[in-house]
Amino acid sequence: MAINIDDLSNLHLDVLREIGNIGAGNAVTALAKMLNKKVDMDVPKVKILEFKDVGEILGEAETLVVGILLSVSGDISGNMMFIIEYKSAHILVNMLMGKPIDNFDDFSELEISALKEIGNILASSYLSALSGLTGLRILPSIPDIAIDMAGAIISVPAIEFGKVGDTVLYIEAVFTEGNNKVRGDFFLVPDIESYETLLKALGVIS
Amino acid sequence: MENIIKVGMADLKSSRHPCNITTLGLGSCVGIALYDRVSKISGLAHIMLPSSSQAKNVTNVAKFADTAIEKLVEDMIKLGANKNTIVAKLAGGAQMFSFENPSEIMRIGERNVLASREKLKELNIPVISADTGGRHGRTIELHSIDGRLLIKTIGYGIKEI
Repeated sequence: MAINIDDLSNLHLDVLREIGNIGAGNAVTALAKMLNKKVDMDVPKVKILEFKDVGEILGEAETLVVGILLSVSGDISGNMMFIIEYKSAHILVNMLMGKPIDNFDDFSELEISALKEIGNILASSYLSALSGLTGLRILPSIPDIAIDMAGAIISVPAIEFGKVGDTVLYIEAVFTEGNNKVRGDFFLVPDIESYETLLKALGVIS
Repeated sequence: MENIIKVGMADLKSSRHPCNITTLGLGSCVGIALYDRVSKISGLAHIMLPSSSQAKNVTNVAKFADTAIEKLVEDMIKLGANKNTIVAKLAGGAQMFSFENPSEIMRIGERNVLASREKLKELNIPVISADTGGRHGRTIELHSIDGRLLIKTIGYGIKEI
């Protein structure tokens, strides 16, 4: 059975929403532990957009964002990406490194490493939730980071989605620590065969 | 008074003079700007993938370099452009991430540029300038007044080709 994300049924979407919920929930718990602070999370939203609108995911296509990309191997293969606004990335790093929260200087090399580590932890905890839910072995690679226009960063997962359909599916998560709001988007892009493996493991299709 | 036309990802638009056609945040995608030097009719495509031949069904021709260029030329001719005086400029096709072992996905930008050039060659449309590759995003603007293509980046300045 070939899966086309453009005609995913409501049931499939519910499953993906649930994965997003548990995955993002896990990621936020990991983040709270890392920061040693209480972090709250809104219910994550599963979003499906046409390509012509994806540039505007985080405001404008030219908005400066931080993208963290990992490849996924094991029982499924594909890519996973976590995108956050530049300002949110700064807030995260400032919290982690004990800097004033309104410090928006360019990232130092150490701060870039810290960001990669944040991405690593968020993505790994997201994937481990997915792994626990499906019983599949899912291994993340070392993360890679890029800081540039939102449209340019999002083109990377969008192109992968483009190979199988005409829409992009992602999970929007908003978490807050005190007065600081951090918005991030998770893109899980399984290869076309892996989509089937995933939905089978979840019992959605047989 | 300026007629600004926005082209999204996997999208294409064309227009008579005067107009500015723009597409924001090109990453590994390629922006193909076509311009008829005589009629000043302009067209811009923002493609994501090199070829429609691997796709099972093509629901959006603007997604692929080959089908997008064909459609854009057609649209421009319908507006009154002459194929013999159309020239092309290319931008984009960057590699946004650098994995140690670049897999197929990582070189997609390069393949998008190659496929665009091949299709243009097949149609005898000369590529008169290009700003492709690298590791950064680009926003481009095609000005119908003289066919200049403005390229904006974050951290790599602004240039005109």
